Amino acid sequence: MNGNSSLVRRGTAASVALLIVVLAAWQWGPGLLGIPTFIIPPLSAVFDEFLRMLAVSALMTHTGVTALEVIAGFVLGSLLGAFFGYVLGMSPTAEFALSPYILALQIAPKVAFAPLFILWMGFTLYPKILVAILIVFFPVMVNVLTAIRTVDPDLVNLARAFKATRAQIFWKIEFPASLPPLFAGLRIASTLAVVGVVVGELVGGNLGLGYLLAFGEGQANTAMVFVAILMLTVVGGIAYLAVILVEQRVLHYLPRRTLSGV
Amino acid sequence: MSDVVRLEYRNVTMRFVAASGKALTAVERVSLAVRDGEVVSLIGPSGCGKSTLLNIGSGLYTPSEGEAFVDGERVEGPNAHVAFMLQKDLLLPWRTVLENVMFGVEIQRLALPERRRRAHALLENFNLAEFAGHYPHQLSGGMRQRVALARTLAVDPSVLLLDEPFSAVDAQTRMVLQRGLAQTLKRAGKTALLITHDLLEAVTLSDRVLVMSRRPGRVIDEIRIELPQRDDPIARRREPRVNEYVARLMDRLDISHAGQPAAGASA
Ligand SMILES: Nc1ncnc2c1ncn2[C@@H]1O[C@H](COP(=O)(O)OP(=O)(O)OP(=O)(O)O)[C@@H](O)[C@H]1O
Ligand SMILES: [Mg+2]
Repeated sequence: MNGNSSLVRRGTAASVALLIVVLAAWQWGPGLLGIPTFIIPPLSAVFDEFLRMLAVSALMTHTGVTALEVIAGFVLGSLLGAFFGYVLGMSPTAEFALSPYILALQIAPKVAFAPLFILWMGFTLYPKILVAILIVFFPVMVNVLTAIRTVDPDLVNLARAFKATRAQIFWKIEFPASLPPLFAGLRIASTLAVVGVVVGELVGGNLGLGYLLAFGEGQANTAMVFVAILMLTVVGGIAYLAVILVEQRVLHYLPRRTLSGV
Repeated sequence: MSDVVRLEYRNVTMRFVAASGKALTAVERVSLAVRDGEVVSLIGPSGCGKSTLLNIGSGLYTPSEGEAFVDGERVEGPNAHVAFMLQKDLLLPWRTVLENVMFGVEIQRLALPERRRRAHALLENFNLAEFAGHYPHQLSGGMRQRVALARTLAVDPSVLLLDEPFSAVDAQTRMVLQRGLAQTLKRAGKTALLITHDLLEAVTLSDRVLVMSRRPGRVIDEIRIELPQRDDPIARRREPRVNEYVARLMDRLDISHAGQPAAGASA
């Protein structure tokens, strides 16, 4: 325990030091190296742009829209992914029948569907959510499916020997056993949801951080692009953190060490 | 011990389809009976079908030929008369010790107060009461195996099927666990079929030892262990006659001709 807390202390100190170095390099590095501000605007210029966007570009509205799409895409995509993971995991026939299509869909780059969805649904929030759903679906489904498949057959036999019903085997063995891999999938999904939403926003519409990215690019406003990227990172970071917090609650029974890894 | 037969195999043959596609006979025409309160050990070379017999007894496998009976009823599938315990403790990591002990009775839908009562009584019995709220990863291997035994006993089976229950723990822990098991079986008057590779374990824990042949497995010998104190295997270990029994089992298993030192029986 002692060694662990000293590791945390030293690690945190090193992290903070690194952050200061990076921020300082960002502020003064470009000037020293003679890089023009339209390539890399210094930190202070990005911060000024941030304040300006808060005041006149409705930055918070755009961030809110993106966050909403991320949440909707993540939740719906995860639910669908988990549902299909469990169904396919418990029905080898269904998996056999569907696996070629699932594989094809998994290989297809999901973000390439964004223009199609916008053609179908117009410049609304829905195509962005749909891209996020599609991209979130697979890691969750694959993780759940694999988890169900790899449950120790002896555990299932133990339950069967106690005369467990199929439903009992699922709820008392398979479902809890699938939770650690499910959460590993959800962690990946939380970051992918942001990717899906941004691509959707880049392709069409006039809302969201992806739109601001495209707008800033059109205006050759590098600082604006930086602000949008930072805000996207914040949105993704919060989503990831939320997953970790829930995971630590749900998987509280695991030895601590297995959870702390990022 | 009465003359009521609790567990019986009649002419059981089990064939599997091997990976190569051809049939593999795991056990062939095995007949054996275990009477009420009796502890019988089953020994035999690896792959001779011991675990297969256990799975048939617990209703997980249906024999290709012949049948198994528990408490006079033909085994048609999993049933509440038997409970098994394996080398792997099969504790559920997301359940506390108490919840793990209650696993079987919970599946059998016993009322919660009765479940708790049984589980607490068993944990008390196995000196695990203070660990009721712990998770399996916080326990030692020996403790985990005791929890698994408690879970097996919680459903109050009339027959226990034990498949190398202590082969994964160290020698000292094993002796302690063996004594715990022997006392519990004696006190509760349980009937048990114990599969083991440890000849000394077979001799010190059982009333009878059955020897199986190489695959296809058949029962080739039966040795009655005429030693006192079946509830104290540690005391039994000191009996000089134990070595005679072990030597006889080695002979029947053809181990002594394979160049092993005679003292290796319990390893
Ligand atoms: N479900 C199964 N499908 C196919 N073959 C099986 C199955 N179960 C067991 N066998 C085969 O039956 C034979 C006997 O297996 P079993 O596990 O009963 O042996 P065992 O005596 O318990 O061996 P060990 O002492 O190593 O545990 C083996 O050849 C095994 O490969
Ligand atoms: Mg075996």
